[in-house]
Amino acid sequence: MPKKTALLTVFLASSALAAGTTLLNVSYDPTRELYQDINAAFAKKWKAQTGQDLTLNQSHGGSGAQARSVIDGLEADVVTLALSYDIDSIADKAKLLPENWQSRLAYNSSPYTSTIVFLVRKGNPKNIKDWDDLTKNGVQVITPNPKTSGGARWNFLGAWGYALKKYKTEAKAKDFVQKIYKNVPVLDSGARGSTTTFVERGIGDVLIAWENEALLATKQLGEGKFEIVAPSLSILAEPPVTWVDKNVEKHGTQKLAKAYLEFLYSAEGQEIAAKNYYRPRSKTVAAKYDAQFPRVKLFTLQSVFGNWRDTQKKYFNDGGVFDQIYQK
Amino acid sequence: MTTALPSSKKSSRRVIPGFHFTLYFTLIYLLLIVLVPLGGLFVKTASLSWSQFWEVVLSARVLASFRVTFGSALVASLINIVFGLITAWVLVRYHFWGKRIVDAFIDLPFALPTAVAGITLTSLLAPNGWVGQYLAPLGIKAAYSQLGIVLALTFIGLPFVVRSVQPVLEALSKDTEEAAESLGASRGQVFFRVILPEILPAVLTGFTLAFARTVGEYGSVIFISGNMPMQTEIIPLLIVSKLEQYDYSGATAIASVMLVVSFVLLLLSNFLQARAARKLGAA
Repeated sequence: MPKKTALLTVFLASSALAAGTTLLNVSYDPTRELYQDINAAFAKKWKAQTGQDLTLNQSHGGSGAQARSVIDGLEADVVTLALSYDIDSIADKAKLLPENWQSRLAYNSSPYTSTIVFLVRKGNPKNIKDWDDLTKNGVQVITPNPKTSGGARWNFLGAWGYALKKYKTEAKAKDFVQKIYKNVPVLDSGARGSTTTFVERGIGDVLIAWENEALLATKQLGEGKFEIVAPSLSILAEPPVTWVDKNVEKHGTQKLAKAYLEFLYSAEGQEIAAKNYYRPRSKTVAAKYDAQFPRVKLFTLQSVFGNWRDTQKKYFNDGGVFDQIYQK
Repeated sequence: MTTALPSSKKSSRRVIPGFHFTLYFTLIYLLLIVLVPLGGLFVKTASLSWSQFWEVVLSARVLASFRVTFGSALVASLINIVFGLITAWVLVRYHFWGKRIVDAFIDLPFALPTAVAGITLTSLLAPNGWVGQYLAPLGIKAAYSQLGIVLALTFIGLPFVVRSVQPVLEALSKDTEEAAESLGASRGQVFFRVILPEILPAVLTGFTLAFARTVGEYGSVIFISGNMPMQTEIIPLLIVSKLEQYDYSGATAIASVMLVVSFVLLLLSNFLQARAARKLGAA
């Protein structure tokens, strides 16, 4: 028996050593380009510091689907998802990380942020300036389905937060958001799908989008064909990151995973985030890229809705506010 | 008595070892590949009480999407009966240049990832697409409507009807048709009273397979349907959206309804085929 245990230990240790230089980052759809850049930079830095070559793998998909893969056994070392609700679910359902994971890294574990803005066609033919314009008759709004898309939930909450601030009561906010969804002809299942519907298929007058997706669309998909309109007030979207404790223990990648995530907060990491159109947390980097981001007054999820667990339950679960909007 | 009918003598040599071995193998294989995974579905559903189950399955939104899903699949499969039959007829009865290539095209919907089909159809039928731009001025909304769903499902279901009917048509001898014609039957009579009864079981098979397949179709529909709640949401999308809120038992509840419906359909098809075959035998 001791011999067996010793053998097992040796085996585990060696496999840990071998696997210790491989990291799997399970992320959501629009971060593909961001993490390609991050991985290249981090591997280079790590090599310079330790002499080790790293293999950094990334997996992308819808945020919720990615979280379910991790719950069902995809051995992610780090998760970088669209909503903290998805990481909460990994903590709740699979117990792979502690419930207080979000307090382990700075800024609620969100090294970069984004917000929700509007993308309109060149010249802004429907003269869209703010959320109110999305409720008007004859304006077609494109946004994905909050039931299947994490990004779409930020869109919904952005509109809700604006309406609540302006019209004060929940009932009026609901009315307002309902009017917006009356103007939606297509609910794609994900954020990229909506971008495609708006940009490629030419449907709709305005796309409610992640700021980074909107910037990407104006800079890369159709230079000069689209314009970004920043609403007067929008939500601060905070996509969170964390390491998955049980998996990094198993792989012997605790240090590496932590260093990888901390790199996101470093000057270099912040710069890469900004170049990929995510808003950096670092004030110096933010100042440098100031011109790139439209000026928007932002509110946090916490300040209007509280935490994601409650928000998800009240607004997006079956029978929640979103369902009521479509079912009355 | 040296007939070579396989069922006639026990002593006839079998290529694959014995009845018991093959039967047990078949049962175990079915168990592992089909029954265990599907059983898991029902076990998961069983975590709901009956009232919870009915609450999930009979909610307004789920009912609306049952209507969309089954309605579209039915229409698409009926379309495929007509046009699949014509296609099979042409492929069997005529010889023309490039027939092999056309024949291979039939299977494309089988081989193509359905998401690719969905994206392609959507870009064709969207108001700015090749086809959609001519439909839009006529007030026809092809993509992002139930029409779009039906078109996608028609595409997906086509090979089932063609491939079921084709071999039967090939086996059909021309003699009876010629006999009927020489007795003064009109073309319509020949078709409806001579050919159709022969191929009816195959048509039913094709129809049921196409229907069962398209009811569960996700990839091709999700891009073209527009996914509007109560209007163009298909059942598989609701399953995904249940999963998105980690409501596994709710998702499996809907899935098990689909499963039961599909299974009943397949049983019904087998029954109809058997009946049609018996009628033919009697006649």
